[in-house]
Amino acid sequence: MSSAIAQFPHAVIEVRELRKSYRRVEAVKGVSFGVRRGTTTALLGGNGAGKTTTLSMLLGVLTPTAGAIRILGEPIPEHRYRVLPRINFTSPYVDLPKRLSVAENLRVYARLYGVARPRIRVAELAEELDLVELLDRPYGNLSAGQRTRVSLAKALLNRPEVLLLDEPTASLDPDVGDRMRTLLEGYQKQSGCTMLLASHNMGEVERMCDDVIMLRAGLVVDQGSPSALLERYGRGNMEEVFLDIARERIDPDHGASADGHAEEIVS
Amino acid sequence: MSSAIARGLGSANRIFALIERHAYLMFKSWPRIVSMAYYPTVTMIMWGFVTIYLRPTNNFLTDAPGLFIGAVLLWDVLFRGQLGVSLTFFEEMYSRNLGNLFVSPLRAWELIAGQLAMSVVRTLIGVGGACVFAWLLFHYSIFTLGFALIAFFVNLIASGWAIGLAVSGLVLRWGLGAEELAWAAVFLIAPVSGVYYPIGVLPAWLQAVAHAIPTSYVFEGMRAVLLEHVFRIDLFVEAMAFNALYLAAGVVLYLLAISYAREHGMLLQMGE
Repeated sequence: MSSAIAQFPHAVIEVRELRKSYRRVEAVKGVSFGVRRGTTTALLGGNGAGKTTTLSMLLGVLTPTAGAIRILGEPIPEHRYRVLPRINFTSPYVDLPKRLSVAENLRVYARLYGVARPRIRVAELAEELDLVELLDRPYGNLSAGQRTRVSLAKALLNRPEVLLLDEPTASLDPDVGDRMRTLLEGYQKQSGCTMLLASHNMGEVERMCDDVIMLRAGLVVDQGSPSALLERYGRGNMEEVFLDIARERIDPDHGASADGHAEEIVS
Repeated sequence: MSSAIARGLGSANRIFALIERHAYLMFKSWPRIVSMAYYPTVTMIMWGFVTIYLRPTNNFLTDAPGLFIGAVLLWDVLFRGQLGVSLTFFEEMYSRNLGNLFVSPLRAWELIAGQLAMSVVRTLIGVGGACVFAWLLFHYSIFTLGFALIAFFVNLIASGWAIGLAVSGLVLRWGLGAEELAWAAVFLIAPVSGVYYPIGVLPAWLQAVAHAIPTSYVFEGMRAVLLEHVFRIDLFVEAMAFNALYLAAGVVLYLLAISYAREHGMLLQMGE
């Protein structure tokens, strides 16, 4: 797949020929894409497709083997400390200290991100994310849904210009998941934030995302808006498109096979 | 405000955030605080009674009754100093918080500074508690060492930091399976530190090893203060020089481990 950066010359996130190898395994094999300011882009792919590896390299916690990353115009990882105060991240696979209360955790992270008047900012977010009742409870005593809301509060503390979200609604019930999506949409509308999310929830992707980047085995195999992908694959929803791509049973140039049997993608 | 001052304030704020995070954890749990002072106090009490038992038949204990108690308290400065650095780091691994820390603006040297600051807090609580009991039970005050106490404290805690950073690096590299190092590492240098005996009693080859260990100069210096009533500046300088070397090595090892973790994608996965 050719570089998408040319299509997004003013991309807030620019990735060019990004590669990551671990000894014999090449987890990411030359990925290129761009994310436009104020939009939400999904990184989709099955387990092991390279989504989290790509996000980790964007965050500067994983050193790329080759390629280039720019976020907000700054090269990563070289100048990550110029960028990190302006971005944030949440993932269900990274926790906050369990024995600290919600308020203590948020105050510590507010200070780490250099937030002015941390107590006021924490109180604002607690109000917005319905955390007021939880502020004095230990983080470790919260349910999965409550923890996810606290993690989102942590991710919004510094009013980030770029949000990287790794499965932001994983393990949430539909009600809490919907509330999370509404909160994220509200924040983006209010702040113009750029969001890149890795997700397995296709309903979430259709609802929230302007663009989709499909990864398979460390390669970008397709990309476009959800509506363009639905049309290209001749499918009624993103779940079917995902399955077509993940199972390599569609040639996007020719649409879906009538019987649903496999046809190799030419990528 | 110049950008250098702004950067300095930003760093100070982030280091303070780390201290605040660990202070929240520490001060909301009285068993945690008690456990910090428990071992130093129990060990000190044991050596206090050994002193009482041996004093009638030993001239040097008559001349310097605080020899063993002072030694055990200073040894614990080293041990608590090292544990303070290592356990502060392990707490982040136990709570799977390393990922959040490393995607925040916190720099590696600020993380180190936070660990060292918490090491001082833990050491003062742990050894401070034992010092109070030494005075109450045996009428021994560590402060009789005078200004030399500061020199000993600085050197011992620096040695503890060097070992603590190296242990943190090894655990970052090999995971929490290597956690036992935190409790065992410092005892590797105990025999050659001459905590309770002069370095001169060691075989020649072990004396050579001891002369490359900064803590041996501290305990020799302590005995000089207590028995000869002199502060040996030469021992102090040698201890400082070796500590500078080992502390630099500890920092380098730790930074290499962080770099390795970045290379191998371990920072977002680390945890129990």
